[in-house]
Amino acid sequence: MKSIFTKLAVVLTSFIFITACDENEPAPDNSTTEVLENYANLVYANYDDVVKTAQSLSTAIDDFTTAPTTTNLEKARKAWLAARSAYGQTEGFRFYGGPIDNDEGPEGLINGWPLDESYIDYVVGNPNSGIINDVVAYPAITRDLLVSLNENGSETNLSTGYHAIEFLLWGQDFNADGPGDRPVTDYIAAQNTDRREQYLKVVTELLIDNLTEVREAWKLGAPYRTNFIAGEDDSIAKVFRGIGALSKGELAGERMTVALANQDQEDEHSCFSDNTHEDIRMNFLSIKNVYMGTYQRVDGSIVSGKSLADLVKAKNAEKNTAVQTLLKSVESSVYAIPVPFDKAISNGDPSKNIEKSILGLRRLSDSIVDAALSLGIQVNADLD
Amino acid sequence: MNKQSYIIILFTSIIGLFSCEEPKDQTPVDTQEELTGGLATSFDFGENAFGHAVSGLSYEDEDKFVIGNSFFRSNWTVAPASASARDGLGPLFNGLSCGSCHNLDGRAEPPKSPSESLNGLLFRISTSGFSVNGGPKPDQIYGDQLQDKAIPTVKPEVKVSVRYEEVIGRYTDGTAYNLRKPIYVFSGWGYGEPEANFMFSPRIGMQVFGLGLLENISETDILLNTDENDENRDGISGKANYVWDAINKRKSLGKFGWKANQPSLKQQTTAAFNGDIGITTSVFPVHELSESQGFLNEIPNGGEPEISDKNIDNVVFYLQTLAVPARRNHTDDNVLRGKALFTKLNCSGCHRPSFTTATNSIKQLNSQKIFPYTDLLLHDMGDALADGRPDFLATGNEWRTSPLWGIGLIKTVNKHTTLLHDGRARNIEEAILWHGGESQNSTESFKKLSSTDRNQLIKFVESL
Repeated sequence: MKSIFTKLAVVLTSFIFITACDENEPAPDNSTTEVLENYANLVYANYDDVVKTAQSLSTAIDDFTTAPTTTNLEKARKAWLAARSAYGQTEGFRFYGGPIDNDEGPEGLINGWPLDESYIDYVVGNPNSGIINDVVAYPAITRDLLVSLNENGSETNLSTGYHAIEFLLWGQDFNADGPGDRPVTDYIAAQNTDRREQYLKVVTELLIDNLTEVREAWKLGAPYRTNFIAGEDDSIAKVFRGIGALSKGELAGERMTVALANQDQEDEHSCFSDNTHEDIRMNFLSIKNVYMGTYQRVDGSIVSGKSLADLVKAKNAEKNTAVQTLLKSVESSVYAIPVPFDKAISNGDPSKNIEKSILGLRRLSDSIVDAALSLGIQVNADLD
Repeated sequence: MNKQSYIIILFTSIIGLFSCEEPKDQTPVDTQEELTGGLATSFDFGENAFGHAVSGLSYEDEDKFVIGNSFFRSNWTVAPASASARDGLGPLFNGLSCGSCHNLDGRAEPPKSPSESLNGLLFRISTSGFSVNGGPKPDQIYGDQLQDKAIPTVKPEVKVSVRYEEVIGRYTDGTAYNLRKPIYVFSGWGYGEPEANFMFSPRIGMQVFGLGLLENISETDILLNTDENDENRDGISGKANYVWDAINKRKSLGKFGWKANQPSLKQQTTAAFNGDIGITTSVFPVHELSESQGFLNEIPNGGEPEISDKNIDNVVFYLQTLAVPARRNHTDDNVLRGKALFTKLNCSGCHRPSFTTATNSIKQLNSQKIFPYTDLLLHDMGDALADGRPDFLATGNEWRTSPLWGIGLIKTVNKHTTLLHDGRARNIEEAILWHGGESQNSTESFKKLSSTDRNQLIKFVESL
């Protein structure tokens, strides 16, 4: 399957239906609307940062391909890392069929993972593998080509997105203590240098366009945003669903459990750049941001307002405390995971912070579902 | 990480709707049949419709499911790779991962033209006689399966190209229809000519959800429907295949595969790892290489075996717990009329609607009334569909009845609608028209239907 969390959100917003046949609809609850408005502001601000950091990445990549030096490669890598930190915080906006991942949503083009790197470029043992080195089948590296090849024939045949760029900047990781170390000569004097450069530029431009499309859907006055804010408890259920599914299935399951069980760096999220610890932290932060209704922008300014926490607290203070207590404890275990993550999964985590984080994130998800229930909203964040 | 297909199911909306509207005059609906897999039913009808776990898994079982999923979908790499749990591909193979032939846990599509390479279609081959286990006798060079792909520096076994011949037919009402018959050309033999007059059987990768439920149907219940000598004189026999059980070292009832030649999911899975991806397991620990291919054994492997027992168990658990998508439109009037025709034409004679599972599995899969629309038995499907290659007790004309559940969603998940063992049918209608042998009477009756009736029957099958 694609990703277990794409599943089904069984949102039994039953009380809406009990009243659905009534002549008189109940008046909308102001606090619900306020929470949704603040959520939409937060989502827009975060995607705006995502677009801007991707633009900086694109500039750095242009500089690098124009003058392929070690310094410029390092700058491009730094720009990628910054872009990922902004993106990681948006992943709680997934899993409910919003602009990022509805049937036409670009999520698969933006953040497809896990990725078979030999689908893109050469790997150790196969110097001619990948789209870049297949001059016969793909004479020109174009945007349309990369879009058409993404997920072609296999879920891990990924040609686009952050992780494709990551591989092109870092290369395969064979270092125990650090990330991959793609030689800068890959962009100066290696086989198909020009095609590799072209690939890197095209795939980054595509990323910006895909991200921009998502951001625009959340812009003030955009139809999706307007409908979402008017969606009352139906939309609140989606907000809960997004962070519940991210916490349990995606983060604790796909991204941490599999890697820990296999002790295989190919199973860590950012396996070329060794940025997995930051991916995990930023995904956690996404859950916290949404629940608390607060987001700190890249420029340091704060977006803040009425939150899920406020809604839950007003109905059932105890359940709100339960969520917040778990947020605190998970935060400390997530930040205590040793770096790099690929070393931590191979017996490099004596305090078992990965296991603690996995268990904590599952409990956090359960407690988020429970908190939603106190508002009369049933959310399924499970693996079904 | 992947594009999400999402659905919100508002169960109560149905109730809400009915409570607001006047009750309609319509054919009675079987209320149970919406839940195709009983408790193990899922409600996502988007791109990931085949990929959901049954609900209510424990944390421990969730671990097995996600790890199994990762081994199912992720491509294997050439050994030795950087400390990888997934190296050891090949040296000969048909696909890079399970997902190569079962993309999104779904069904593969055959090449549309001679220039397209195989992607999810493979060929079993054999020569006349039997293997030591009573199965097909392998070709001396190529064994019992052709691998059309190989790792760098190694020659693939063969190149297969497919072209189609159009076959024209006519319904009783005069409407013409077209079928396409595949013609295969084998060329570029990598290791010499195979034995003269070798037999071959094309097999397409099929959807893999609901397999834990099928595995949990008791042998007694399956055998209840056998009628090898057609004693009830309905033209339909129904025969069990007894095949070599490599795990228990004896003959067992075959349940899986196009000819019911695999007795268990574990054997099906480990055989596919070995034959299709070139990954060894404790069940099949060596690569099936002939003498002239023996030098390939010198190529570095990905461990012995290349995938651990624990991870095989995870993959098998994953397959067992993939839920079945619920029915769509099962209360639609046309669908209900189509359902009546399906029974009237005796399609249900082999595509048996329902079973109740036994109690040998996890709780979500036990004692469930399920609607797979198969009897899991072999039937003569006629000369036009025959591969002419016996497989244990299955003759060259016999195939296992394919389950029909989820069939209408292949289009959404895999972006095609091709059916049958070699994908020759371009849609449900063509698949019906290819049915011969024991199903000949049903097909003839189908051809006599009005176009409205034919469409209703197809609508019903699409709703499964």
